[in-house]
Amino acid sequence: MSVYQTHTTDVLVIGAGLAGERTAIEAATHGLDVIILSLVPPRRSHSTAAQGGMQASLGNCAMGYGDNPDIHFEDTVKGSDWGCDQDVARLFANTAPIAVRQMAYWGVPWNRVVAGRKKLPDGREIEDLKEYEGLITARDFGGTAKWRTCYTSDGTGHTLQYTMDSIVIKMGITVHDRMEAIALIHDGERCYGAVARCLRTGQLHAYLARSTVIATGGYGRLYGVSTNAVINEGSGMFLALETGVVPLGNMEAVQFHPTGMVPVGILITEGARGDGGYLLDKNLHRFMPDYEPKKKELASRDVVSRRMIQHIRKGYGVESKWGPHLWLDIRHLGRKHIYTNLREIANICKNFAGIDPAEDLIPVRPTQHYSMGGVRTNIDGHAYGLKGLFAVGEAACWDLHGFNRLGGNSLAETIVAGMVVGKKVAEYTLGATLDCPLQLVNEHVRRQESRINDLISGRLGKENVYEIRREMENTLMEYVGIFRNGPDLQKAVDKLQELYRRSLKLGLRSSGKYASPELASALRLPGMIRLALCIAYGALNRTESRGSHAREDYPYRDDVNWLKRTLAYWPPGAELPVLKYEPVKITELPPGDRGYGESSAANAAKSGNHTQENKK
Amino acid sequence: MAERLLTFSIFRYNPNTPEIKPYMQEYKLEEMPGMTLFVALNKIREEQDPSLMFDFVCRAAICGSCAMLVNGKPRLACKTLTKDLPSRITLLPLPVFKLIGDLSVDTGTWFRHMSLKTEAWIHTTREFDPRAREERMDNETALKIYEAERCIECGCCIAGCATANIREDFLGAAGINRVARFMLDPRDERSPQEYFEVVGTEEGAFGCVGLMACEDNCPMGLPLQMQLAYVRRKMAAAGLAARPQTRAC
Ligand SMILES: Cc1cc2nc3c(=O)[nH]c(=O)nc-3n(C[C@H](O)[C@H](O)[C@H](O)COP(=O)(O)OP(=O)(O)OC[C@H]3O[C@@H](n4cnc5c(N)ncnc54)[C@H](O)[C@@H]3O)c2cc1C
Ligand code: SF4
Ligand code: SF4
Ligand code: FES
Repeated sequence: MSVYQTHTTDVLVIGAGLAGERTAIEAATHGLDVIILSLVPPRRSHSTAAQGGMQASLGNCAMGYGDNPDIHFEDTVKGSDWGCDQDVARLFANTAPIAVRQMAYWGVPWNRVVAGRKKLPDGREIEDLKEYEGLITARDFGGTAKWRTCYTSDGTGHTLQYTMDSIVIKMGITVHDRMEAIALIHDGERCYGAVARCLRTGQLHAYLARSTVIATGGYGRLYGVSTNAVINEGSGMFLALETGVVPLGNMEAVQFHPTGMVPVGILITEGARGDGGYLLDKNLHRFMPDYEPKKKELASRDVVSRRMIQHIRKGYGVESKWGPHLWLDIRHLGRKHIYTNLREIANICKNFAGIDPAEDLIPVRPTQHYSMGGVRTNIDGHAYGLKGLFAVGEAACWDLHGFNRLGGNSLAETIVAGMVVGKKVAEYTLGATLDCPLQLVNEHVRRQESRINDLISGRLGKENVYEIRREMENTLMEYVGIFRNGPDLQKAVDKLQELYRRSLKLGLRSSGKYASPELASALRLPGMIRLALCIAYGALNRTESRGSHAREDYPYRDDVNWLKRTLAYWPPGAELPVLKYEPVKITELPPGDRGYGESSAANAAKSGNHTQENKK
Repeated sequence: MAERLLTFSIFRYNPNTPEIKPYMQEYKLEEMPGMTLFVALNKIREEQDPSLMFDFVCRAAICGSCAMLVNGKPRLACKTLTKDLPSRITLLPLPVFKLIGDLSVDTGTWFRHMSLKTEAWIHTTREFDPRAREERMDNETALKIYEAERCIECGCCIAGCATANIREDFLGAAGINRVARFMLDPRDERSPQEYFEVVGTEEGAFGCVGLMACEDNCPMGLPLQMQLAYVRRKMAAAGLAARPQTRAC
């Protein structure tokens, strides 16, 4: 017989990052009972690691004058390479300023406008006017027409998460930390909550709720080198996929950040380039202006990352025992600026590479960073396929980012979506009943119990969780990176399928009892490989290049055939996802030139004489 | 540098099995260039002992998850390089906090409790108006608040504090720093009297014996000494510091 503890609530939020906590606050504000689950204490969620900032078109700083939601909308759509839903982008751009101001009201110490004349690192003179002094200021980020990224020095995610959590504490919202959701409870039509495993005792719990929200963040750790925290394993996404009825959207859209530090992959924020940092090659030549004369280091991330790899491939990389890299140079910003506005970078350089960025160059290489794809939802955050299931934040494909997310748009998304989706969750929940059949709960818990027993007994096999995991990481690194092509992607799919079969035959080496970390990893691994397959298989089938998805064999965007979103389903017992497609919502801005990147350069060269064609 | 063979002596205990008494277990590991305790402990878990419990999240000294006693000193394990340590490395869980298992301790619950006790949120009677522009704030003030808000709740200052080790209810340097963060904030409308209730006690600013182990141990380099002095000054200025003797710190 199953022994498990049952908890009942109105709203179950899985994930205590910015997206989960903001959604919970909104639902609780509507008088609902909320329980938040998290792998770690909320303030250790990965959101705290964001340094750079949050976009909102306040237009308070000199380089932001004249900014408004229309321009923010346009930048976002261009950034997405027309892969986003424009109704979502519009709602987002209109709401972001309110989100930033509400966070200020709750306590975030945003950096403020200081009036006066200033000289930028590139020599331009600007003047911040007295009338804006003391309002929230902004810094420059890639792919934006205005300076729009609001920040608190180099700790934006930290201050946002601490402030958000202070409201959660103040409101008395229940948080169960070290509690991992390991399956959704559903009947194929409706979601009733989740089965969770306590990471203190190993005990199973059933959480029953009128509505369930997935806010579990990204899957960066599927890749061997990633800027992400080690807990970012995409669990919410594979829990949703496992239902067989909820699709994941655009999983092939993976963002690589231009400046992960070599070799550890720790992020050097875009703020470094936004504040005037340069990228240099082995000859200490600043090469980005050669490729991107207009935006230079501050084209969108997908473009800068590709330009860097292109340049390395031409032989301009700096050789090291970890492979070739390039340099990030912020020395000219001056010690004072570096040790106040970019102090976290200085600390990271000192702690993990033993260098002082005021004197030394920083070794960098494009590194896996963000998941544009995720649990596909409608504009209300309601997941496709299951009533009562919602998703929000990086775990979701709402779809604000399409094929490339702009820096600063993710923090903004977590909070804006938390506000918007939280309200919709509340509306739905107030009209829903909690009538989960006990039988169904028992079944779901029992299924997890037998998985655990099989892993402990080794009944199905003796495969080693860490070995298979490493092979999965390497496969994605090698074949599903920044530049992709058909044969490599096929290799990745074949290899991942083999690993997937093996992952169903894991056996533990430790006892697996109580809060066993090996058991936790083993429970996650098959789901993680399913996600890896969605990424690789989606990429194999998308025969065009769009945003971060760059196919060497199909180098151009193909709006005739591919102005659509991939939906990946995993039917019970399948060994590959089933891919379906849906149109992208275009309401205001028809597909055109991004104004930066390869196609833009090609357009300029050809001056529109030829239409581009992917080789068939 | 020749590669060393490192010996790790690691505290083992699982509160779920109290019949097995705590013990130290040894592991050997070949040192690698740039190796941190994050890399080392994961290698031990993956290659030698998958039952070993410890906590890492950001592995970049940002999230505060991984503090432990490294050769007796509270440190963030993720940013501790093995090359800075002797070849024999002893790892113990942080004291004061509840043990979850081996090197993993429950700092989360402790800090949440501290936030509740100090009511660490902005107290204001104003309403948020979504149509209005934000209130102005002087950038210097914003930077000062941020300075105090940089605490990552790692617990190093608590683990190394003489008072916290004997007084369960002591707020510790992190707690007093948290109060300073809100005192500095013009948006918070609490009066000095209200703050006094929170920190003007033996559990708060007056429980501190001023040996400053906390500041030495803080991986964020927070000016804890200055914040402690600031909070005490504020209490004294309000004419509420009931204690006659001043303490040196
Ligand atoms: C190094 C770095 C820097 C960044 N900088 C910026 C920036 O400057 N600007 C910007 O806009 N974006 C930035 N981003 C991106 C942005 O930080 C993230 O996309 C965003 O914070 C994600 O928030 P979230 O709430 O969706 O998820 P997270 O903050 O990752 O939270 C996920 C939560 O889910 C919980 N969880 C996960 N799985 C489970 C489970 N199975 N059961 C229970 N709980 C679970 C976790 O414990 C956690 O609480 C950065 C990202 C990185 C990696
Ligand atoms: S100075 Fe005070 S708070 Fe700091 S370690 Fe000593 S007793 Fe603890
Ligand atoms: S004050 Fe410093 S040592 Fe103490 S919890 Fe905060 S960051 Fe850690
Ligand atoms: S793992 Fe985050 S501080 Fe060490």
